[in-house]
Amino acid sequence: MTDYSIKDKVAIVGIGETRYYKAGQAPVSEFQLALEAIQKAVADAGLRIEDVDGFASYSDDRNDPTRLAGALGIPQIQFSNMHWGGGGGGMAGAVGNAAAAVVAGYAKHVVAFRALAQGQFGRFGQGHAGARVRGAAAYTAPYGLMSPAQMFAMRTQRFMHEHKISQEALCGISLASYKHAQENPRAVMYGRPFTRESYYNARWIVEPFRLFDCCQENDGAAAVVLTRADRARDLRHKPVYLMAAAQGTGYRQWVPAHNDPDYATSNFKTLAPRLYDMAGIGPKDVDVAQVYENFTGGVLMSLVEHGLCDADEAEAFCTNGNLEWPNGKLPLNTSGGNLAEAYMHGLELVLEGVRQLRGDSTCQVKDARVCLVAAGPMVSPVSNLLLRN
Amino acid sequence: MASESNITTESYLPEGMPLPAPMPDGLDAPFWEGTRAHTLLVQRCNACGTFQFGPEWICHKCRSSDVGWAQCSGRGKVYAFERVWHPVHKALRDKGPYLITLVELPDAGNVRMVGNLLGDPQQDVKIGDDVEVVWEDHQDVTLVQWRRPGQ
Ligand SMILES: [Zn+2]
Repeated sequence: MTDYSIKDKVAIVGIGETRYYKAGQAPVSEFQLALEAIQKAVADAGLRIEDVDGFASYSDDRNDPTRLAGALGIPQIQFSNMHWGGGGGGMAGAVGNAAAAVVAGYAKHVVAFRALAQGQFGRFGQGHAGARVRGAAAYTAPYGLMSPAQMFAMRTQRFMHEHKISQEALCGISLASYKHAQENPRAVMYGRPFTRESYYNARWIVEPFRLFDCCQENDGAAAVVLTRADRARDLRHKPVYLMAAAQGTGYRQWVPAHNDPDYATSNFKTLAPRLYDMAGIGPKDVDVAQVYENFTGGVLMSLVEHGLCDADEAEAFCTNGNLEWPNGKLPLNTSGGNLAEAYMHGLELVLEGVRQLRGDSTCQVKDARVCLVAAGPMVSPVSNLLLRN
Repeated sequence: MASESNITTESYLPEGMPLPAPMPDGLDAPFWEGTRAHTLLVQRCNACGTFQFGPEWICHKCRSSDVGWAQCSGRGKVYAFERVWHPVHKALRDKGPYLITLVELPDAGNVRMVGNLLGDPQQDVKIGDDVEVVWEDHQDVTLVQWRRPGQ
C-alpha cells in the first residue's frame, strides 16, 4: 500500500439527478438537465452553488465547465477536467479525477457530472453512414461489425467459451437489474415486472446478447459533489468516503481489428488489484456492487476480474438469485443500473453506491459498509471506485 | 493462393455497406493493395520478426521503425464469432441474420482479422473451426472473407 493515495481523504457529500426519461423524451435541453442535476447535488450536500470551484466529466460531455460556471454564476473555477474515452469507461475516472483535485488542493468542492439528451444530439449504437471507412473501422465496418453490441458480443462469446458459461449467467445479471428497478420509482423500467421468461422471450440482438442484455438509452443528468474528508463531516449527510479510485487499461487493449492480446476481458485485470491495494481491503470485504452494464457480458467479466467470483464458477454465482436483493450473496446494481434504472453512462451507479452507504437505497443492503463501483467494462480506458461509510 | 476458386464478385452483405479506403497517411496502403492482388499481407518487424495487425509505424515489441510486410497462407481458425440479428446499418435492414467471425492466423503470429463467415448464416459455428480466405472483389477494393476449407 502506498502513502501517496487519495484513500479516505475525500468524500462524496452530495448527489443529484433529474428525472430519467426514455431517449429523446426529455422536455428540456441537455444543458438544462445538467444545470438541474448539479444544483440538486449541491443542495443535497448543504452547500451553496458559490462553493463549487471545479468540474469533472467524461465521454466528451458537451456541457463544458465554462458555460456551466457562467450560467450558474460561479465566482471562480479552479479545476476542470475531461476523462478520455467514450461510453462510460470514465465514469469512475471522473470521480477519481475530482478526488485527486481535492487532495492536491486545486479545488475545494468539485462536481463530477454527466448529462445526456440523445433526442437533441442523436443516438448511440448507430452504423457508419459514410460510403468509405478508414483506419481501424476499415477492418470491421464493411463486415457489418459496427455497433457497441456487435463489438462486445464477440468478446463475450469468447469468454463464455473459455469458461464454459451459458446464457443463464447473462440472464441472472439482467434479472437482478430489472428486479431491483421494480423497487425504485426513479427507474425508467419501474412498474415493468420482469421474469426469466421475459428475458428468454425477447429477441436476439447479436448472439449471445438478447434485448435485455443491452443497456437502455435515456435522457437525463446526474451529479455528485466531492470535498475533503475533514470538511465533509460538517455537511448535511453522513459522508461517503473514497477508499480508492483507479483508471487505465491493460497491455495493447483495443489495438485495431480485435487484436488485444488478452481479448476476453473486461479490462479490469490491471486495475482491480491496484484498487484493492489502495483501499487496503479485498474482494470479500465488498458488501454491494454497482457494475456498469453496457451489456451483461461485461458485468460477468467485471465480477470475475474484481475477484468477486472465480471464472469457472461464474455461472453458479450469477444465477439462483445470488445477485438479487435482499437474499443474494452479492446484491448487484441495486437501483436497476444502466439496464433498468437509466443509462446515465453509469454515473447513476455512483449515486446508488452513495445511497447504499447512507442507508437510503430502495434495495438497502443491511449494514452495507463497502461498495464497489466499476465503470465501462470491455472498453479502454476503464475505471473503478471503492466507497465506504 | 490466388486461384479462381477463392475469388468472388458476389458480396456476402447487401450493396450499400461502407467499403474500406486506405488511410491518407499511407500506413495501411500495402494491406489494401495486397487484398486487391489477392494476397494476404500482415505487417512484420524486420528487426525482431514480430507480427502486428493493424499496421503501425513502429514495432510494438522492439520499437524499430523498420517494419515490413509478410505474406501469409490465408488459413486460419475461428477465434470468436457472432450471429447478428439486429443490424444497425440501413443497407442491412430486414436482411436477416449474418455471421461475423474473428479469425486467428497461426502463420502470422496469431494476429486476428474480422470477416464474414460465408455460407448459411444459421450454420453451427465452433471456436477453433478451420477457415480459409476468400477474396470478395468490389469495384475498386477487395474485402477479406472466410469460408470452411474447400467449401
Ligand atoms: Zn520488432
